[in-house]
Amino acid sequence: MTPLAPKCPLQLNDQGRLRHFLSLDGLPREMLTEILDTADSFLEVGARAVKKVPLMRGMTVCNVFFENSTRTRTTFELAAKRLSADVITLNVSTSSTSKGETLTDTLRTLEAMAADMFVVRHADSGAAHFIAEHVSPNVAIINGGDGRHSHPTQGMLDMLTIRRHKGDFTKLKVAIVGDILHSRVARSNMLALKTLGCPDIRVIAPKTLLPVGLEQYGVNVYTDITEGLKDVDVIIMLRLQRERMQGGLLPSEGEFYRLYGLSEQRLALAHPEAIIMHPGPINRGVEIDSLVADCPRSMILNQVTYGIAIRMAVLSMTMSGQNEQRQLDAEKQESI
Amino acid sequence: MSLPDPAVLITAIADELKAHLQAHNIDNPRFVGIHTGGVWVANALLKELKSEEPLGILNVSFYRDDFSRSGLHPQVRPSQLPFDISDQHLVLIDDVLMSGRTIRAALNELFDYGRPASVTLVCLLDLNARELPIRPDIVGATLSLDAMQRVKLVGPEPLAIQLKTLDHL
Repeated sequence: MTPLAPKCPLQLNDQGRLRHFLSLDGLPREMLTEILDTADSFLEVGARAVKKVPLMRGMTVCNVFFENSTRTRTTFELAAKRLSADVITLNVSTSSTSKGETLTDTLRTLEAMAADMFVVRHADSGAAHFIAEHVSPNVAIINGGDGRHSHPTQGMLDMLTIRRHKGDFTKLKVAIVGDILHSRVARSNMLALKTLGCPDIRVIAPKTLLPVGLEQYGVNVYTDITEGLKDVDVIIMLRLQRERMQGGLLPSEGEFYRLYGLSEQRLALAHPEAIIMHPGPINRGVEIDSLVADCPRSMILNQVTYGIAIRMAVLSMTMSGQNEQRQLDAEKQESI
Repeated sequence: MSLPDPAVLITAIADELKAHLQAHNIDNPRFVGIHTGGVWVANALLKELKSEEPLGILNVSFYRDDFSRSGLHPQVRPSQLPFDISDQHLVLIDDVLMSGRTIRAALNELFDYGRPASVTLVCLLDLNARELPIRPDIVGATLSLDAMQRVKLVGPEPLAIQLKTLDHL
């Protein structure tokens, strides 16, 4: 394994293997490739009559969702079940926290249920990282999306979609279109594409929906979609995140569609075999035309299937990393 | 210790397997190799039998009981069974039988694909170090090794058996 990543050592064990999965920041290319390879193997499990392997038998995975989600929550649940783990899902958004309980108190309560792994989604950036720092050792934390910061399993499932349908990242032009400012998916995708060696990552958005500091991701920024889509192999559309907007950023949804929506005419600017992706849920007629969303080159439903395999890979790899760390700690204890 | 030549062993296994299948009235067995060494042995065996049968491939790493010690090895290709195994007579092939844990994992995985009529176990080598009540129906050779010794099959063309000594357990 490559040396410890400097930026996020918290998510790696002493051998440099995953023990939490918080962010793609700082993870080396070999690690991302290992996740994709593992997910490829799990895709085959999903095609069997019995779609289950006994890797996590007897373990408990707890999905803690402080923020609403359908596809991330259900695919995590299905992934854990296909690994034979026991799964509980808690929608905390409507319960204790609204009664004033702090994040750590909620967490202690959940720990008392002896879960081996938490999948956490939270509206605050850095929440999963915070929990990983404070959780008792040997409990793995998986980030299911934190604020505007990161959505690493979505990033990886997008990479799996691209690798399976377009192959070698080092030959691709990839455009990410829409609400970059509020999108943790965009951040995770930019990081993953950069790490995997994609030479032309384009970000297309109105100035008001572009965050500052995009240069660090090594992307080319376009405000004109007709220019940005030219010859791209992959188009990743983002959902307009109305719930995170506090006025003033956009004149109207109709205006947004007129300027940045993916219509058939705009799609024609891309490579003739370009694929279309979207993390869902889609706003038809806001960021994407219905005909485009449903066309054969649309990967939107494939992404959901690949999401299960990616989540199985991440769950089993972090569990494996935690087990390894436990043994290393035990050996250390013995030698003292 | 002189190590046997896999090619010689495979010829003997082929004869024994033919007799075994005949004695059990099995006409159309399906062949399944365990990744990686078992697949090499299976391919050599099919060649020896002049059979064009498709070979099923099992990667048992999702079914192992020791993955927390040795980690996942996703680099190996996924399992692929190009036929329905329900009610079929299977010939399961591996290179080296040691503890029997790999075969236990393989049997569990097979039963997630369906319910075979029977499973015949073929191993190139048996190291006589069983930890589970699993023994091959047909074996190329049996070796007794010291605690620190291990054998490894290298291949696929040509197949050869290597002996190595561990530094520590």
